[in-house]
Amino acid sequence: MNVIVDAGKCCGAGQCVLLAPDVFDQNEDDGIVVLLDATPPEALRAAVREAAEVCPAAAITVEERP
Amino acid sequence: MTDTLSAAGGETAGVPEFPMPRAARCPFDPPPGLRSLQEEGPLARVRLWDGSTPWVVTRYAEQRALMADPRVSADITRPGYPAQAPMPKGSFASFILMDDPEHHRLRRMVQAPFTVKRVEEMRPAVQRIVDDLIDAVLAGPKPVDLVEAFALPVPSLVICELLGVPYDDHDFFQDNSKTVIRRDAAPEERAAAGARLNAYLDDLVGRKLAEPADDLLSRLTGRIEAGELSRAEAAQMGVLLLIAGHETTANMIALGTLALLRHPDQLALLRESDDPKLVAGAVEELLRYLNITHSGRRRVALEDIEISGQVIRAGEGMIMANDIANRDPEVFPGPDDLDLRRDAPRHVAFGFGVHQCLGQPLARMELQVVYSTLYRRIPTLSLATDLDRVPFKHDGQVYGVYELPVTW
Ligand code: HEM
Ligand code: SF4
Repeated sequence: MNVIVDAGKCCGAGQCVLLAPDVFDQNEDDGIVVLLDATPPEALRAAVREAAEVCPAAAITVEERP
Repeated sequence: MTDTLSAAGGETAGVPEFPMPRAARCPFDPPPGLRSLQEEGPLARVRLWDGSTPWVVTRYAEQRALMADPRVSADITRPGYPAQAPMPKGSFASFILMDDPEHHRLRRMVQAPFTVKRVEEMRPAVQRIVDDLIDAVLAGPKPVDLVEAFALPVPSLVICELLGVPYDDHDFFQDNSKTVIRRDAAPEERAAAGARLNAYLDDLVGRKLAEPADDLLSRLTGRIEAGELSRAEAAQMGVLLLIAGHETTANMIALGTLALLRHPDQLALLRESDDPKLVAGAVEELLRYLNITHSGRRRVALEDIEISGQVIRAGEGMIMANDIANRDPEVFPGPDDLDLRRDAPRHVAFGFGVHQCLGQPLARMELQVVYSTLYRRIPTLSLATDLDRVPFKHDGQVYGVYELPVTW
């Protein structure tokens, strides 16, 4: 799995951090998403998919690699 | 066109009025009229107070798609915007009623204290506030109005501290906020209340400019001095945050408590568990089930938008009725059941798209602390009146109860 975030789209609502705090963080100054781990381990992948699904700004893209 | 619901050409007969009334016996359920529209299809026409006939979007999938669509505008000054009520001249609304890039520019300036981590740091302080207020309730006479004694003070104290607003002024800002968000307040009345809040925040910003402290308003004065923000913009954001920061959460506390008292098996889950996961899930389910922002998200199309076999024309208004989308049986099986163990984080009670609630981490944390503390500390909490006599906020832009007499 490869995770891409688009900080330009992010509105900082923090849903991704709630779901997968080891993969996503928020910038301290303006709450914009910071990607901590672009290739998360198996155990976190369901939460990352969920984060991409609930992200209100469509700022998270998940590429599933075979 | 043979579609009777499409009211183009001013033909509005048969188009239902919006907002719709709830059923008298079901104060927690969305209006039955919305349920019927949802069963017929994802979009329908409704008629507003001014005779206009915007779309109401009733299903979850279509709502999410439209709220996230950049061709959909939240700008209240655009023709076709489906206003809740007559708009007073010189309104004070901030970025909640603006589009990007202006919306994004302003929202980013106030986001810092609302990040998940910063909010988590505030949890012990909120727990203390909640414990102290419960101590006071238990030491006082009964019955007591839970709204006045607990539901309003909790989020008001928190947002005051965060913004740098003196809590001693709470009667002033709570009363004026109530008027601003009352659907049936006369336009002049609402304008006057808004102007009073605006003048109050402007004055506070002035004082923070002279004497900055460690709070959000003071940080905004830094932006003013750097020429990135006008004083008027700062005051307007202050008004938005102050109103949004206390009215909503207060209603969730009081209405949530009433809903739990009516569902004793669900209340027992919270009273008997200290599992933070269960509590967090309960908060999401209560947000979904109660969906207190029952006036719908208001939007207007910037271009023609095709969706589910319909075309929303450029300049047409849309109302995303989140309350009925959160009861969409396609997404939430048994949607009208309050089920605290349901996994419902995908609800749209905070909206969706770039306007999704800025304060949601704070609201979640406050509600988690409240719901996990109140019923454990007052296990015999009960309603001190008949459900019929509880004054519901049918006339509010935000739903809730005006009073909640409780005893124990
Ligand atoms: C349970 C409590 C709350 C609920 C149900 C709630 C609900 C909502 C909803 C539905 C929206 C979207 C408006 C739209 O799209 O038109 C919104 C936006 C907003 N909320 Fe909340 N809210 C709550 C608590 C808070 C708190 C505690 C704050 C703190 C200051 C807050 C601040 C805001 C702000 C500033 C916006 C505008 C965001 C934007 O336009 O970008 N809310 N809220
Ligand atoms: S969920 Fe989306 S919008 Fe919210 S902080 Fe994460 S990336 Fe940004």
